[in-house]
Amino acid sequence: MSRIQILEERCKGCRLCVEACPTGVLRPSGRFNHQGYEVMEADGQCVGCASCAVMCPDTAIRVFKSVKGAAA
Amino acid sequence: MTSAKKSVPPRAEKLVFDVNPVLNERPTHYCPGCHHGIAHRLVSEALHELGVADRTILVASVGCAAFTYDYFNVDSVEAPHGRACAVATGVRRARPGAVVFTYQGDGDMAAIGTAESLHAANRGEKITAVFINNTVYGMTGGQMAPTTLLGQKTTTSRRGRDFDNEGGPIRLTEIMAQLQGVAYAARCALDSVKHVKEAKKAVRRAFDAQIAGLGFGFVELLSSCPTNWHMDPVAANRHIAEEMIPVFPLGVFRDVMKEKGNA
Amino acid sequence: MTAGQSDRILVKGNEAIAYGAVDAGLKCYFGYPITPQNEIPEMLSVLLPEAGGVFVQAESEVGAVNMLLGAGACGVPAMTSSSSCGISLMQEGISFLAGSHVPGVIVNMARGGPGLGDLGPSQGDYFQAVKGGGHGDHRNLVLAPATAQECYDFMFKAFALAFAYRNPVMVLGDAVVAQIKEPVQRVPPAGAVKAEHLQFLVRDQRIEGYGARGKTAAPRLLKSVYLAEGELAERNRLLQRKYADMRKEVLFECEDVDDAELIVVAFGSIGRTARGAVRRLRGENRKVGLFRPVTLYPFPDEALQKLAPGRRFLVMEQNIGQMMEDVRLAVNGVSPVHWHGVMPGLFVSANELVEPILRVLGGQSGSN
Repeated sequence: MSRIQILEERCKGCRLCVEACPTGVLRPSGRFNHQGYEVMEADGQCVGCASCAVMCPDTAIRVFKSVKGAAA
Repeated sequence: MTSAKKSVPPRAEKLVFDVNPVLNERPTHYCPGCHHGIAHRLVSEALHELGVADRTILVASVGCAAFTYDYFNVDSVEAPHGRACAVATGVRRARPGAVVFTYQGDGDMAAIGTAESLHAANRGEKITAVFINNTVYGMTGGQMAPTTLLGQKTTTSRRGRDFDNEGGPIRLTEIMAQLQGVAYAARCALDSVKHVKEAKKAVRRAFDAQIAGLGFGFVELLSSCPTNWHMDPVAANRHIAEEMIPVFPLGVFRDVMKEKGNA
Repeated sequence: MTAGQSDRILVKGNEAIAYGAVDAGLKCYFGYPITPQNEIPEMLSVLLPEAGGVFVQAESEVGAVNMLLGAGACGVPAMTSSSSCGISLMQEGISFLAGSHVPGVIVNMARGGPGLGDLGPSQGDYFQAVKGGGHGDHRNLVLAPATAQECYDFMFKAFALAFAYRNPVMVLGDAVVAQIKEPVQRVPPAGAVKAEHLQFLVRDQRIEGYGARGKTAAPRLLKSVYLAEGELAERNRLLQRKYADMRKEVLFECEDVDDAELIVVAFGSIGRTARGAVRRLRGENRKVGLFRPVTLYPFPDEALQKLAPGRRFLVMEQNIGQMMEDVRLAVNGVSPVHWHGVMPGLFVSANELVEPILRVLGGQSGSN
């Protein structure tokens, strides 16, 4: 399974990632960073498409894709 | 699958999207949802992929992007408002081995700096100009831009831009594409995943043209300004798709590399 | 120069500027045509590419000065030239050069003003040149040649000063200096800074692509914007310290001042014409001397102060009264400072300057 990592201190809570995600993984977390922005969180079936990261204006998202056939 | 705080992958997986080292870690001063951050990333990825950051010189402009140099790990010089393409001309002529780019908004590139931009292009200066068109003066608080849409309300066109008094939006990429010195001219948008991916290719191509010594590389990026459009970032993206793109058609308007069969 | 060619050439002031610039190490020229300085770009369009440099005819003086800003930021000897109206257009860029600590040489072969004015000689740009000209508290170093030879020699000085201080340097002439044709010794003046040394002077401040300093070198930035509270104040203090350092660069020329009762103060072409008038009156045993400021900024105020006690001054200039104010500030009420102005655009002979000097010697005040 793929996953994303949100760099919370870079996130400005614009929600462009929420809109971009095809599987509805992202949502507001209710937590605020030091800049005062509500940061996003991920929960669900991430497919590793990186659409969220492509749209993120603050390069606040890292995307990890699971490697098929690799030893766990 | 969850937003892990540790960066070490817990199992066999590959980091497929990360910040590249041409952009530094400093959070930007841009408003939430502003597309400058996306444009910065696209430029930084082009420089990173080309492996030229260590010989790149950024010429910064005036506007919201005045502090672009705070985020790029490259040598930089500040230009007066509108003069980035003239300063870049001086830089590139003085340092022919450098990769030189300007990063300018619509006021800087298409109003006060029209002469410098068009003539640098016409001379075929081997520079890349990244043109952020968000139809409004952001830094100064939302005044009318040369690219403001007809009917668009700004702080200096309060009843909406009226052609009889203010003229219409300038389509600069089409003008650039007429000039012999321009090796590449394209207009892209940053409102959707598909469009951002296209924009990435265009930005890269605008640098390829310079590095190949073919001439002036130009890329216009239709961008949002949620703050001065008085919209949330998601609505601002819809505004680009529904209102801007019909006025500013997307596409590659000139590509000398392709004409030369070097696609 | 090619072997066998004589070092002595017969050239206009403008041509001497072009030769001087190339010999001093000029690498990039950017300019826009305007009379009476057109021989400078015309000659450099040939000379500079031959010498391995870059010549660009800009779309405007605004474009030219900003190209100069770009090349100067790279630490490369660069210049532009223009005349009054064009120099006005350049002022924003000149302020940016000053605010960003970028070296650059600007030649102004001034013409009559205001507005489009005329093509004749004028010193009406004195204030603009020496008081900064652009916005903010900035200063240009200003050199005022009076002869074609000085046009040649001062280009070496101009580049040396621009790079030593990382500051704009203006060479201020006029239509007379620009167009008079006379013999020039095309040999670098004694003590001239070698062209290769100029770029060395700014090696720690120029932009070049950080890779030139090593794979992990920190990026460099040249800018003039300082928004955080106190930052701009610090920047301006730094600039003011630099301007104070520049005071040691002051240059002037004195002739027959030791026993003079009246000292004529004049610069540039009028300085040269006034010398003729002063020499004629000396021939008649009149106790008159000449003081010719060569740097207009820094202004030779200390030298004038020292000369002031027991003497009178007559400022002669081709404008409506500009350098007069600086002479009065220097003398600070210790002695009378008279003034005789020549209207911009007129051509004046030494004989015509004799009468005004005699009037002041005879106890009358100056006039125009």
